[in-house]
Amino acid sequence: MSNIGSYEIRVKDFDWKMSEEELGYGKNGKYNVGYFCSDRICEIGNGKKVALLWEGFAGDVKQYTFDDLRVLSNSFAAMLRGLGLTLGDRICVFMDRIPELYISFLGILKMGGIVQPLFSAFGEDALKMRLEDATTRAILTTRKHLGKVRRIRSMLPDLEWVIVVDAGERSLERGEVAYSMEKAPKEEKIEIAEVGPETPSVLHYTSGTTGRPKGALHVHSAIIAQSITTKWVLDTRPDDLYWCTADPGWVTGTSYGIIGPWANGISQAVLDSGFSAQKWYAFIAKHKVTVWYSAPTAIRLLMKEGLDPVHRHDLSSLRHLASVGEPLNAEAVLWSEKAFGKPFYDTYWQTETGSIVISNYPGMRIKPGSMGKPFPGITAAVLNPKTFEPMPAIGTVGLIGLKPGWPSMFRMYWNNRETYNKKFHNGWYICGDRSSIDSEGYFWFVGRDDDVINTAGHLVGPFEIESALLEHPSVAESAAVGKPDPINMEVVKAFIALKPGFAKSDDLTMEIMNYIRKKLSPLAMPQEIEFVDSLPKTRSGKIMRRLLRAKEWGEEIGDISTLEND
Amino acid sequence: MADDIKKMIIDYVKKEYLDEDSDQQVTEDTKLISSGIVDSFSMVSLKMFLEKKFQIKIPDEKATPEAFDSVNSIINLLKELTPL
Repeated sequence: MSNIGSYEIRVKDFDWKMSEEELGYGKNGKYNVGYFCSDRICEIGNGKKVALLWEGFAGDVKQYTFDDLRVLSNSFAAMLRGLGLTLGDRICVFMDRIPELYISFLGILKMGGIVQPLFSAFGEDALKMRLEDATTRAILTTRKHLGKVRRIRSMLPDLEWVIVVDAGERSLERGEVAYSMEKAPKEEKIEIAEVGPETPSVLHYTSGTTGRPKGALHVHSAIIAQSITTKWVLDTRPDDLYWCTADPGWVTGTSYGIIGPWANGISQAVLDSGFSAQKWYAFIAKHKVTVWYSAPTAIRLLMKEGLDPVHRHDLSSLRHLASVGEPLNAEAVLWSEKAFGKPFYDTYWQTETGSIVISNYPGMRIKPGSMGKPFPGITAAVLNPKTFEPMPAIGTVGLIGLKPGWPSMFRMYWNNRETYNKKFHNGWYICGDRSSIDSEGYFWFVGRDDDVINTAGHLVGPFEIESALLEHPSVAESAAVGKPDPINMEVVKAFIALKPGFAKSDDLTMEIMNYIRKKLSPLAMPQEIEFVDSLPKTRSGKIMRRLLRAKEWGEEIGDISTLEND
Repeated sequence: MADDIKKMIIDYVKKEYLDEDSDQQVTEDTKLISSGIVDSFSMVSLKMFLEKKFQIKIPDEKATPEAFDSVNSIINLLKELTPL
């Protein structure tokens, strides 16, 4: 029997209070996520249980109990307070998937800071933009990424502290602090910051079609939704070893790679290594992973390697598999049944929703390729894009809308109330994705409703890429669009018109690709560049990105006169 | 000859994929993909570099994370595709 039991009964009886009561949320005035993920688990007698089983790319393994989490996160909190950091300060974590990343996350929350996790592969422009927007006061990083921070530091007057967690004997500059989690004094007891349910906790940046990346701000009470969705959708149980493959630089890696499982007292496994089918299977077999939350891109890469590597490992420990990031194609679900004897259950949500909102559930019949049904407590509908009223007809494509009010919904875009307000129409939060609903209430994903590129489950804004391209000396104008890709769903393709005096060549292509990779990130790097004489534009001079995208997807371009007048 | 090729690939990896301030050493055995020096997206630019340098086409099915995981494994792949 799964944790959720009967989906229909849960929908009928649901109240978020069930999760609050299970967590004891608000009892004795306690609302801090850092407390619920470490101290509380110790208080209920599980302090000696393994919280984090970490393996590095070279095979070295470290283990931390919930009591270790409690004490080490206390120590991080004390160190940050010692630097003068306080409630509401934005503190960035910018590291690879090392134990310090997971534990400092809790430490920041315990001292009342707002954690700003950023993907460690971000280049210096991407990093600067996000730190500048959040007026971040401190950043925790490692030697590997320190160079990027140093090169932008003089442009960030609010960034007072750079904390290097593996500095060793390396000499540091002014404003930089060496902190070794293992060697620092252990703080057995600290005053955990008194926060309320609506106190800001985590600031995750996401991309839109236009403008700079937006910081989706979450609050401490998001844990109510993250905790119960972990239990019901990912079906975690006390004796599980759970592996979420997402990087905590992205929301999956924090909502379900830190908060959800640890709030439930679940042991988590982390593999700090690049993708390799052999390595992944060996990791599951060696540590006997039971619940595996991954992404369609990774699953398709595993499919590409075939069944032989699957059969070379004992993967019988796996009990439940789930996927997130982009729609999981039917073939992947069917392959998973063949390979592992069980399907991947697709889940749908986004940075702004903070937790899973539409999903397939253990025990519910899966329709391969479908997103599933709304989580109990979530009201979801497919809306008419003009009136924002729910569509009456079964199978009609419209916008996915959610009724606001679930605990983990973002509370604003940092410094950007105007864009936040635009996400709401007629009493619905508009996700920006299109889908339809079938006669049994299953949602079917159709695509994005904007120009944002979903590559390997991560949203990349075309505007950010185009702005960076324009800084290259050869580029006169450019457009970035998503083109279909069998593994990543979409990859970035750039159309570039060169300035006079520059000629297209393979060398220039490589130079521009690497330029974007270093400035922004590998995800934003165009996987293909097409040099053109000029780009199609509207009468007002706006580049017709949609036309270029339609060409890549082999879609009908249709009447472009309306676009020309845009 | 093989040493020249190794050096050329190592130099390219250092220049393009390591931070300019990095003190990380790269040898022919250093793990490139699994250590995170080169990720699956960046493999595209590394593949392009190799194709251009050696005037070959690396088929997608051969461009696996394992084949790109060290300079030595890249050399083995190149040997399969071209007389080095």
